[in-house]
Amino acid sequence: MNKKYFYLLLLPCFLFLLIFMVIPILVTTLSSFYLDGRITLEGYRSFLTDHYFLNILFRTLRISLLTTTICIILGFPVAYYVSKLNVKLKFIFIAAAVFPLLISPVVRSFSWMAILGREGIFNTLLKKIGIINEPIQFLYTELAIVIGLVHLFLPLMIIALIGVMENIDYDLVKAAQSLGASRFTSFIKIVFPLSVPGLVVGSVLVFVGSLTAYTTPQLLGGSRRVMSTLLYQQSLTLNNWYTASIIATIMIVATFIIIGIMNKIAQKLNPKG
Amino acid sequence: MKNERNYLLTLMTFLVYFFLLGPLLIIIVVSFGPDRYLAFPPNGFSLKWYSNIFEVSMFMTTFKISITIALLGNFIALLLGLPAAYALSRYNFRFKNTLNAIFISPILIPGIVLGFTLLKFLIISYNIPMFTGLLIGHIILMIPYIVRVISSSLANLDFSIEEAAMSLGANRFKTFFIIVLPNIHSGIIAGVLLSFLESFNTVDVSLFLSGPGISTLPIQMLNYVEYNFDPTIAAMSVLLMVFTVIFMFVIERTLGLTFFTKSR
Repeated sequence: MNKKYFYLLLLPCFLFLLIFMVIPILVTTLSSFYLDGRITLEGYRSFLTDHYFLNILFRTLRISLLTTTICIILGFPVAYYVSKLNVKLKFIFIAAAVFPLLISPVVRSFSWMAILGREGIFNTLLKKIGIINEPIQFLYTELAIVIGLVHLFLPLMIIALIGVMENIDYDLVKAAQSLGASRFTSFIKIVFPLSVPGLVVGSVLVFVGSLTAYTTPQLLGGSRRVMSTLLYQQSLTLNNWYTASIIATIMIVATFIIIGIMNKIAQKLNPKG
Repeated sequence: MKNERNYLLTLMTFLVYFFLLGPLLIIIVVSFGPDRYLAFPPNGFSLKWYSNIFEVSMFMTTFKISITIALLGNFIALLLGLPAAYALSRYNFRFKNTLNAIFISPILIPGIVLGFTLLKFLIISYNIPMFTGLLIGHIILMIPYIVRVISSSLANLDFSIEEAAMSLGANRFKTFFIIVLPNIHSGIIAGVLLSFLESFNTVDVSLFLSGPGISTLPIQMLNYVEYNFDPTIAAMSVLLMVFTVIFMFVIERTLGLTFFTKSR
């Protein structure tokens, strides 16, 4: 067969991504090391010693870590439950998790503005019950961002985990228990290790997604900026394109580091891959 | 293995799903309220926020732009992605995994960084019109969905039927259009729908690629929400949800929603 020509099928797609994705990102990244005609780390030094910027960097990392942890804690039992349901029920639960994923983040963040706002549903409810007299500030806090992000990304975690848990042979669990393993031991020794690949994929998606999300922190965080809203402010509001390139580079590098670390963890926990 | 711990697990699952779907239900309810603010429960019933959508001219303009970008972008992404997915599934060669990783990578590249670099590189450095920049950004976003969904569809295809057709005298192109394409049409439909939704909903990539006269519906909704807090956006959200349910129904019929749990 004429195998010579199959590269032609791949070439257009490859060139498109090379020209419009890889090169622009490389150029931007490299330009952040270039100031006043010389190669320097000065930009990074001043970024990483500035309290305002450092605060935002750490807030972003804190929020992403918290969001990922909550998604794991909530997602794991739910995925376990759903993966053991019969086909029909499982389909309903998967569909109910996919549906919010296909809804715009603007809509989903907006719903939390309606719930958490000063005159929002939550404050109204608390006042009616008589727990509070004055509305509590929920909106425009870090907590609001975390709630919004968990709402945004939890379905990804659930779906990634269902994918691996479905394929677990539960006869193994029964066998372990008939040999005297407790429910907890059999879960930790069998179900958990076999779920690691899904856990890693889910965690990467949630962590990277939280690290770079714009809509949710913009609508729910108010003046509490994160890296993505800072990138927007520095470039389009303040016209500080050099600092903006540094922020973009940090976000890209952080993304790759996280993917690398997660892959390493996955290999360690599950040598069979 | 049924005992009290299963009840706890059931309760937790229902609470989590309540957390996921409850806010969307609230949006549906408040969209029918008559007041200028979001009241829950609403003090009456009104459809005026639905008609208000059509009175905000920017919603109509940006809706058209979003649809144009999503359709045109989808078409180009399909032209780029379909041959690539075919070559990836059909042949074995060096760098196959690397190429596959590159085609899938736009899912993990932060959209906001992509938009920022495209603005710097295309619009500012090369003076490319904003609309073209926006279109390119959305095509990049759609490629992984097209490649992944069509590849998974091709994985179920037995390529020996291709050889059978060719041994009977059909040429490569004819074989592709008569044998391969009809066999993967459901994958193509699902890939197109998924990438359409991705393009239509995205904020991050479009954020930097909009300017005077060029903006997308989600960007317009975002701007509106920041300054107006009436149920118009709730009404708009409900329309988008209806639209999404229809898409999901077709995706289920063509690809099966279990695709989401299987591929990766």
